[in-house]
Amino acid sequence: MRVAAPVLASVLTLVVGSVFFASLGHDPLPTLYAFFVEPLNSLNGLSEWLLKASPLILIACGLAAGFRANVWNIGAEGQFTMGAIAASGVGLFWPDPESVLLLPLMFVAGMGAGMAWAAIPAFLRARMNTNEILVTLMMTYIATLFLSYLVHGPWRDPAGFNYPQTALLPTAALFESFDPAYRLNPSIFITVVAVFVMWLFTDRSFLGYKMSVSGAAPLAARYAGFRESAAVWIGLLAGGAAAGIAGMAEAAGPLGQLSSQISPGYGFAAIIVAFIGRLNAFGIVLGGLLMSLLFLGGEGVQMTLGLPSALTRIFQGILLFFLLAADFFIFYRVRLVRPARDTHALETA
Amino acid sequence: MHPRLELRNICKRYPGVIANDDVSLSIQPGEIHAVLGENGAGKSTLMKIIYGAAQADSGEIFCDGNPIAAHNPATSRALGIEMVYQHFALFESVSVVENIALSASSAFDLPSLADKIRELSLRYGMPIDPHRQVHDLSVGERQRVEIVRCLLQAPKLLILDEPTSVLTPQAVVKLFETLRQLAAEGCSIVYISHKLDEVQELCDTATVLRNGKVTGTTRPKETTSLELARMMVGSKLPEMHVSPPSPSEKPVLEVNNLSVKARDHFGVDLKDVSFNVHGGEIVGLAGVSGNGQAELIALLSGERTHHNNDAIRICGAAAACLRADERRKLGLAFVPEERLGRGAVPSHTLWENAVLTAHRFGTVRKGLVDRRRASAFAAGIIDRFKVKANGAGSTAQSLSGGNLQKFIVGREIALEPKLLLVSQPTWGVDVGASAFIRQTIVDLSRAGAAVLVVSEELDELFEICDRLLVICQGRVSPPLVRKTTDREEVGLLMTGRTMSTDQMASGSGDVALQD
Repeated sequence: MRVAAPVLASVLTLVVGSVFFASLGHDPLPTLYAFFVEPLNSLNGLSEWLLKASPLILIACGLAAGFRANVWNIGAEGQFTMGAIAASGVGLFWPDPESVLLLPLMFVAGMGAGMAWAAIPAFLRARMNTNEILVTLMMTYIATLFLSYLVHGPWRDPAGFNYPQTALLPTAALFESFDPAYRLNPSIFITVVAVFVMWLFTDRSFLGYKMSVSGAAPLAARYAGFRESAAVWIGLLAGGAAAGIAGMAEAAGPLGQLSSQISPGYGFAAIIVAFIGRLNAFGIVLGGLLMSLLFLGGEGVQMTLGLPSALTRIFQGILLFFLLAADFFIFYRVRLVRPARDTHALETA
Repeated sequence: MHPRLELRNICKRYPGVIANDDVSLSIQPGEIHAVLGENGAGKSTLMKIIYGAAQADSGEIFCDGNPIAAHNPATSRALGIEMVYQHFALFESVSVVENIALSASSAFDLPSLADKIRELSLRYGMPIDPHRQVHDLSVGERQRVEIVRCLLQAPKLLILDEPTSVLTPQAVVKLFETLRQLAAEGCSIVYISHKLDEVQELCDTATVLRNGKVTGTTRPKETTSLELARMMVGSKLPEMHVSPPSPSEKPVLEVNNLSVKARDHFGVDLKDVSFNVHGGEIVGLAGVSGNGQAELIALLSGERTHHNNDAIRICGAAAACLRADERRKLGLAFVPEERLGRGAVPSHTLWENAVLTAHRFGTVRKGLVDRRRASAFAAGIIDRFKVKANGAGSTAQSLSGGNLQKFIVGREIALEPKLLLVSQPTWGVDVGASAFIRQTIVDLSRAGAAVLVVSEELDELFEICDRLLVICQGRVSPPLVRKTTDREEVGLLMTGRTMSTDQMASGSGDVALQD
């Protein structure tokens, strides 16, 4: 049943999508084809598909580690942004722009910044029991505005015609594409490693075991003496690290610089990916590929058919809605109860 | 004259088990009918079928001679069948009358309902004030609320599931008077229990179940308890061997002047609790539930810590500030009262639940969970404690309460503790397995471990404990030596009254038990 729900949700999303296309005056079948198949018809399309899936999968792996322990990090978007800022800062201002250490340093800076941004809600939750959902979400806006300040202000490229963006990163600070014709680059291996680490952590390690006990039965975790605060810290830091690395890989990969639009919403979409993947490493890979296709297809039909760009977000929303609904109907039974006004009414089964 | 309720050839299968196999029984109006059986014998399933909460695969049910069609709890209640569950379903934060109104299926009017409650409860000798808040009530009083709720429906058949498990001896006497009065007025009563002496005292007829089958119907007043027990267990009853204790010189567990404020409005303050448990002896803590046992046990287990590190010492080491796993390193093991969600993670498999506390025993190596070893560890417990489960891969929530309890007790004993805390060791566990669990606890203590047993069952405490403590309103009595005390003395201490000492004089006691 846990596998059935995402499949059912995907099918229902397609059905509602068709109705939606029809209502916009487009023939549903060709539109769906243009949305979901055409993007993958070319080598470039496949490269873009993996390029966009990579950060989604990476972030979702980090988030799922926390979600399994009921630690709800909703602010991966902010941690992603901070990771991109810190990594770009190193790339732009490191004294030796040709150093081979530049990329590894940016990796560490991106990861560290993502973790630091996540450490604030972790500290507040562990020490003062604040709600991490609200704090992580609100800190996303701080990060976005901070980025906006940097690219409009101190870090703006003096030769950039006043565009809100930094100078291009030096070559040593970039992931070189596998093939100059396509944008896919070696940062995808980071994601491959992350998936494996995620699997090892959740399925095999004792630390992951403790986290799953904290999530499934908090009283049992307390009974066994597992620290609740440890689950909070690990859960949030794992998400922050993954998002920070993803932000670094985005800046050092396809973008090559920092701009005010660093993310098309990867941090939020990754939450959906984690849930579609049932918080499982391999499920997340599939979920990430699906979500990436939604991004690609949305861009595709926007260009070829002139459909609105909000379509991607709408599809994401519909998918999550159906997934949650399918879960609800699988795990609960709905029962209609008549109001007590009717004196003869017993409970209706 | 038709019997009030008649079951004919009821069969009910669940995947892998036959819960009820060709069960027939008949209950006359005004009869008190016991359903006796071990855990897993099919009592609960049968009650669910009678109440309509489960449907039989085959067989028929007649009420006053008419077959019951389309059976569900609603039709049962329409026919006058009511059930009092072992675990009450009351809202703590509202009053008695509001609780009863919430469960009513029809429109209500609070003042008149309150009058009815007052009148009914007085008539049956169990007065309750309908306007008191439920969280202020003792367990005995809460049970009265449940019974009165059923009585308001003017039932023809009342089902009680292990109703005395939470009552003091004195409260049991009151309950039996009420039930006899009800029966005299023509209400039939189905009394589910595993306590033979109560069944013999109260019931007219007993149907004994074993492995889903009826093994006999007898008149318990004319049958010896040994015969009844044999019908339940089948073979010979295991005998308990309790050798004299050989307490160690130094105590293993020391509690010194432990005082704690309740964490919330519903809790109980612990007041100046002091006692010792030595290696090689079993100390029992008796008391009506809700008198501070939960607070005390959480403090002892480390689920809650205390600022004064010296208030609790384990094997000589100050431990009150330590977390549960740090205390376990000192040699503590603990079986909590709640099995699902505290002693075990419901959705996890048994081998995963073995890792919960056995992670220092080879099931975790180099930071990774060793599945093979954990499975072997769990399989060993399943084998030794005869846990009915589909192997180490079945989830904790798929086991019956008694079987999960066997697993948890087995796991904690397998840790070879120096100090074992056990809360309600045999709650819901069948007679054969209870004897086994008690014997294992006794053997563990005779091998040198210190054991503290918290139980509401005096029989159990008197069977295995060397010394007894009584907790009432957050105060713990001085220890009583089992051989020189008796049930009456302990029962009185449980209600906050004393025979000789004035230790408990300030406690106002359990109001439910005084009238």
